[in-house]
Amino acid sequence: MFTLFSEQLSLWVIPIILLMIPMVGYFRHVKVYEAFVEGAAEGFHTAIRIMPFLVAMMVAINIFRLSGAMDVWVDNLKPILEFCGVPADLVPLAIIRPLSGTGALGLTTEILNTHGPDSMLGRIASTVLGSTDTTFYILTVYFGAIGISKPRYSIFVGLLGDLIGFAGSIYICHRLF
Amino acid sequence: MINVIWLLLLVTGICYAGWQGRIEVVTQGAISAAEGAVGLSFKLIGVMCLWLGIMKIAELAGIVSFISRILGPLIRFLFPSVPKNHPAMGAIIMTLSANMLGLGNAVTPLGIKAMQELQQLNKEKDKASDAMCTLLALCTAGFTLVPATIIAIRSAAGSLNPTEIVGATLIVSLGATISVIIADRLCRTYCQVRRRR
Repeated sequence: MFTLFSEQLSLWVIPIILLMIPMVGYFRHVKVYEAFVEGAAEGFHTAIRIMPFLVAMMVAINIFRLSGAMDVWVDNLKPILEFCGVPADLVPLAIIRPLSGTGALGLTTEILNTHGPDSMLGRIASTVLGSTDTTFYILTVYFGAIGISKPRYSIFVGLLGDLIGFAGSIYICHRLF
Repeated sequence: MINVIWLLLLVTGICYAGWQGRIEVVTQGAISAAEGAVGLSFKLIGVMCLWLGIMKIAELAGIVSFISRILGPLIRFLFPSVPKNHPAMGAIIMTLSANMLGLGNAVTPLGIKAMQELQQLNKEKDKASDAMCTLLALCTAGFTLVPATIIAIRSAAGSLNPTEIVGATLIVSLGATISVIIADRLCRTYCQVRRRR
């Protein structure tokens, strides 16, 4: 029931927004086509301004991943995290989650396929993916677009959110299921 | 902090690759990532234009200011430095709503728009303002009502009940969001106190 609902919701929500906003605009005497074009004109500029920030971040993350340095981190953190009650298979997910969205999605799919989506591990991985976000990507893009190079404490706060999301997922899943 | 993290990623990656005798991986990885980043920002142009265009209509039609009047008190609590009728208000609300609805590709354009509005209020243009840090914290905590992507991959993996994790993600991401708001406030107060001295 809820599966169907959420599937339908995710199918419908964007078309409905795309329908409603121009409709309301038209009835409120907005020149909808011209307004859309005016707004869209900013899009190009903004996307181009993000580019150098994205290059910087993605190059560093890619080197870190491909060189195998990330795996070393994972291997070293495994015993410590396992001691704290984190299942070993989830450690790579914890490391990659803030760095790469597609990477985290891939890892979660892998966990779901090897352990089964309805296993405890599968549930925890799904919850982790649902309650955290790609902190570095968001930071790079949002601050990059407006030319901010000093993010102050926001990295710390963002990573703290990921950590709480990760630890919270493990705890809540053990309590709920 | 970002400088240290960036450097650390580079240095550990390159040194480890060199030590393992796979130094060529670094060059390939760097070039392919740089190309990928450009590809990604080109992809962003399309969705940016789409959502910023829709956003402009919503703005002119008064939809944005209507929503910000309803949710105003909450946003003013989270962003005390933003004046009452400033366009940043509306942009922040649109970002957070898109985030909650899980509208993946709409969140980024709207978030950037909100950041641009906040930048107008910012005194030091290369340094993130308090409000920017709060907005970023809220976005990275990723509070989503319906995590559609996860439900989809669970269902694809043959789960008997793909949506059973929704309750858990709600509780966890709500908890993470609240903790992040508190942490953000503490950091902000700490910075203010230190500046005054």
